[in-house]
Amino acid sequence: MIYAAGVDVGSTQTKAVIMDGSRRIRARALVDTGANVARAAERAFEAVLQEAGLRREDIAFVVGTGYGRFKVTFGDAQITEISCHARGASFVFPGTRTVIDMGGQDAKGIRVAPGGEVVDFVMNDKCAAGTGRFLANAAEVLGLPLDAIGEISLAGKNPVRLSTVCTVFVESDILAYLGQGKRVEDILAGVHKAIAARTVSLVRRVGIEPEVTFTGGVSRNIGMVRALEEKLGLHLNVSPDSHYMGAIGAALFALERAESGVLSRR
Amino acid sequence: MAQQAMGSRYQGRIHLLQKELMGQYFQELTQAAENGGPPAAYMLISGNPVELVRAFGMLPVYPEVNALQLAVKKESLPYILLAEQMGYSVDNCAYVKADIGLFFNGLRAPFATFPKPTLILCNYVGCNVYLNWFEHLAEYTGATIFPLDIPFIRDPAQGPSEEDVAYVVGQLEELIAVCERLTGRPLDWERLKEVVRLSQQTGQLWAEIKHLTKNKPCPLDAYFDAVTLMGPLYCLRGTEEGLAFFEEAYREVEERVRHNIGPIPEERFRIVVEGPPPWPYLRTFRDLFARWGAVAVASTYSTVGGMWEFGFAHDPEKPLESIAMHMLYWNLTNRSLLLRYQQIRRYIEEWEADALVIHSVKSCRLFSAGQGDMREYFTKELGVPTLLLESDLEDPRYFSEAQMRNRIDAFFESLEHRKIRGHPVEAAVQHSNFSPGEGEAR
Repeated sequence: MIYAAGVDVGSTQTKAVIMDGSRRIRARALVDTGANVARAAERAFEAVLQEAGLRREDIAFVVGTGYGRFKVTFGDAQITEISCHARGASFVFPGTRTVIDMGGQDAKGIRVAPGGEVVDFVMNDKCAAGTGRFLANAAEVLGLPLDAIGEISLAGKNPVRLSTVCTVFVESDILAYLGQGKRVEDILAGVHKAIAARTVSLVRRVGIEPEVTFTGGVSRNIGMVRALEEKLGLHLNVSPDSHYMGAIGAALFALERAESGVLSRR
Repeated sequence: MAQQAMGSRYQGRIHLLQKELMGQYFQELTQAAENGGPPAAYMLISGNPVELVRAFGMLPVYPEVNALQLAVKKESLPYILLAEQMGYSVDNCAYVKADIGLFFNGLRAPFATFPKPTLILCNYVGCNVYLNWFEHLAEYTGATIFPLDIPFIRDPAQGPSEEDVAYVVGQLEELIAVCERLTGRPLDWERLKEVVRLSQQTGQLWAEIKHLTKNKPCPLDAYFDAVTLMGPLYCLRGTEEGLAFFEEAYREVEERVRHNIGPIPEERFRIVVEGPPPWPYLRTFRDLFARWGAVAVASTYSTVGGMWEFGFAHDPEKPLESIAMHMLYWNLTNRSLLLRYQQIRRYIEEWEADALVIHSVKSCRLFSAGQGDMREYFTKELGVPTLLLESDLEDPRYFSEAQMRNRIDAFFESLEHRKIRGHPVEAAVQHSNFSPGEGEAR
């Protein structure tokens, strides 16, 4: 059996996936990226090998993706996470035509052709507004765990209107609402709504065509899923593997290259 | 899949000669600043009447060129900060701020010292910020300012009217009187015709070079190498040295066509580039494209100073009328955005390009506003793969290499997949059901 791996080094977390020749995911691993990016890639790869019960020499090809892709020193090729998320999303949900990817520091909209090719994409520019970092800041100000805020936001009946989507200034906005005695769930509903509005207007630039698949770490936040669905008026595909979509796409590229004998390093 | 080695880009005689000529030009300016010399006329690049200025023996100085030279040499930020300390806004045009900073640094840059202006000729009214820029310089220096009012070309179907031309010629006649007063000598019409003839011949050679880029492989990069040629085109147009440079450049480029030599080892993608380059990171930016084998076959930025490749030529027999036509119609910035769309479309079709790259300038809304719409037009209406990048032309703080690289790599990855799978681009976008504002009511 042939095996290939994808390692997605994101700004916050590093994900690794091993896939076999029959396109089955054999193992997944997730580690915090931290300051040493090359080491994070190594740790994720070691963890995924252990999970799969495989050794390094069993892996025919490794593709690195994400911002830290050039730090995947053991990788055989690097491919951007834009191509990898498109590919992964199309693999998991073959009807995918639009991908919304929301990670720790960026948000992207990707138009996808049948088969997973990127037709067009847009990204946020040099500003973390409307990304996972924004949610993390909001959670911190409210003293809540990041994992909990999505669920809590669903209980908000009267979402507050945020005057900013600036990741830095949102803190003072939230504090002001707390001072006014607003309910935490209403504040959180407002936070999710604000990000959804920003993301949807970003993604509209590439044109939103169903099916829409939501990927990246933030896709695990149910509040974000619902807020986006409401704004779009569409159902979103979300997989338990959404967080690993980039790594899955990278593993698919790696498998293809291993099978076609393309072993040239980039 | 292999990306191309860096450092193997085109370095020809024209690059060396350009360096030498521009060095001489800056030396001449420094000489005039330090020891006195001909009166200096400050002008803007876009469709200027340099021929008239030269006929009076005045020294043309281009604050835009000075600002971009600061940026290319990675020296712009201290000058920008100096202007910001004075109260110029962070969002203000960074060319303006670098130049204002330069003025308050005693007109001293690391590569030249600039003479104070005798005449400030505001020839470009397509940008109100530029008008204010030159007004500020006039205020600071006390020089004579002469603003020219150039009617904007709005109708894509039609050029300027006879009245428009007569209106501009009338202003040029007023300008002649001002120059006569400032230099203390009458205009030598024969000299003007000679300068216009030199511009005509220079422009023709430049136009021919720009048509040679239709060849495969493209002999030079019509963005990154074209900007090298733009220095002499602007600073030396209307001189014997300027003409000699373009004769040499034409020979070199034509020779490259005959020998099938491109600017990088292998041409894999032909692109059209819209927008000015990020001068502070010019080489980094170029390498991000070169490693994918992407070569610019045409660029709109190289037509800011004039659109010779689409048929413009100065006419020595009608010097003022042809200068007026240059200012009115035959330059990129005095035209509506729809005319720019048509220009880009011609490049894509006639120069046989695979894709469009737009570099949007954060501190220039005038040049960049509308580029989002342009992107929509090319991707959704025409099915041309289009990449929109954003940084700045002068301010290094807006450039993030990792983010640039991510976008550029993703774009060429998708072009490469399409090439490999043989999918025509149109097939992927034909079911686009785009309509502006869809679903907005929800």
